[in-house]
Amino acid sequence: MVISLDPIDGTAMKAQFPLLSRDVHGKPIVYLDSAATSQKPLAVLDAMDDYYRTINSNVHRGVYMIAEEATNRMEIARALLRDFLGARSSSEIIFTKNATEALNLVALGWGRANLVAGDVVVLSHMEHHANIVPWHMLVAEIGIELRWIPLDNEGRLDLTDLDTLLNGAKVLSVTAMSNVLGTINPVRTLTDAARKAGAISIIDGCQSVPHSATNVQELGADFVAFSGHKMCGPTGIGVLYGREELLEAMPPFLGGGEMIRDVRLDGFTTNDLPWKFEAGTPPIAEIIGLGAAVEWLNGVGMDNIRAHEIALTDYTISTLHERFGDRIRIHGPSSPAERGGVFSFDFDGLHPHDISQVLDQHAVCVRAGHHCAKPLMKLLGIGATARASVYVYNDTADIDALADALDATGAFFTL
Amino acid sequence: MPGLEDLYREIILDHYRNPRNRGELETPPALRVEGFNPLCGDEIVLYLDFDADGGVADIRISGQGCSISQSSASMMSAAVKGKSVVEIDDLTRAFKAMMSIHENTLEGAETTEAIDAPEVKLGDLEALRGVVKFPVRIKCATLAWNTLAQGIEEASA
Repeated sequence: MVISLDPIDGTAMKAQFPLLSRDVHGKPIVYLDSAATSQKPLAVLDAMDDYYRTINSNVHRGVYMIAEEATNRMEIARALLRDFLGARSSSEIIFTKNATEALNLVALGWGRANLVAGDVVVLSHMEHHANIVPWHMLVAEIGIELRWIPLDNEGRLDLTDLDTLLNGAKVLSVTAMSNVLGTINPVRTLTDAARKAGAISIIDGCQSVPHSATNVQELGADFVAFSGHKMCGPTGIGVLYGREELLEAMPPFLGGGEMIRDVRLDGFTTNDLPWKFEAGTPPIAEIIGLGAAVEWLNGVGMDNIRAHEIALTDYTISTLHERFGDRIRIHGPSSPAERGGVFSFDFDGLHPHDISQVLDQHAVCVRAGHHCAKPLMKLLGIGATARASVYVYNDTADIDALADALDATGAFFTL
Repeated sequence: MPGLEDLYREIILDHYRNPRNRGELETPPALRVEGFNPLCGDEIVLYLDFDADGGVADIRISGQGCSISQSSASMMSAAVKGKSVVEIDDLTRAFKAMMSIHENTLEGAETTEAIDAPEVKLGDLEALRGVVKFPVRIKCATLAWNTLAQGIEEASA
């Protein structure tokens, strides 16, 4: 086994997450589904609770004190996200209801205004449905053409023909990290190639932003979309980072209150960025909760989180291989440096539903299914996988519990 | 609290390990019909040979899925093979009635008897009764039956 330095004590970390102290079926919970959603630290729960208890009011409207305070806290959250992402201005941080809406905002908002029949959009074989379906909608609506970056046999992007794929393309939209394979993609290489080809680049950061330091300027991306609930924040809040020039030139996505400067009988004028893209009352408590999550993550340190997960990835891969040998197959790259803590696996030829059902009896929570990536599952030649995924609060004891429960699963079905 | 033994009865595991009527039939004359469970990616393909009266003379199953969907399909094939349309319809309704969730079941009470189920012996299929205690798995158990109903409808259209 490789011993890596781990700056985070997972056991001490767990104490900050109230849910992780509960039992399931009479056993302490082992939560290994953070790629689906993360648990929430007390700091986030308290921030949201405090908003509702002390300053609940609508933002950007009231002139009374608590309304000003609510507006301030929401805009402080935006500034926290600006700094967290290394964006140049708060105008570049758009709040959406989730990452899916953020990706739709770009695909449909930018796409409808800038794409015509025959224009090319380049995606990859490892995309989540949220970065596929909006483009399929534009195929139907406008007649754009989709091209796909293939994968190599370890589940990494095969960039051999990247320049050919990007030749004449208007958009490159890819994930920074696969939610199935764990593969971390070379984002800077991709965005450089896109820029050279005259295409804009969109990055799905759902699996990368919660787990490692992100600087949108170093990434060279025009847009980055991610969700709040996978990074210790609440559900119902996502973020779209967009380069200001591009956002300025885009038409609004949804119309209504907040996004307007003036409305007349014969038309309207849009509000300034970022509010131009935030029609209606925003999810205020969720934005404040996400701001608290960012502060909390900053306190732990994103580089520490990445180091912790590399150590845990090392431990997970070696433990599962040592204990189960050929009985287990973990998809994706074998090197922890090339991947995040997402482990899709086949075990004993058992169906993922059956695996996760037995694991649940041992209080081990994993995901089973196609992970909203059906084109990838088809490429892998499988209908579904079981997936364990780790975060800042997991430790080696969780992985040992997974291995013990897998042992029991194998025994149950081979009797 | 329901335990694993409520779900994975021995007879279910037997059908899972030794599925009956696995394979394909030549199309035509057989009808090929596919069913999907979009939530989990399970898929089932039924090959149905109908007799002159619309009954199922022969049946084969292919596709992939979990132990519940696979064993339910296997049991279904054994139960409907050689049966008339009316018999199959009764079986289908009895099975779906057994699979239906009533509010009190969701609250943890014992399964209630289905209200308007026909008087049919479900045999091995009874083993799937425990599935209702695991609501997310009900779709796995009913996939084969829904696909069969779709095939019979297509054949009579």
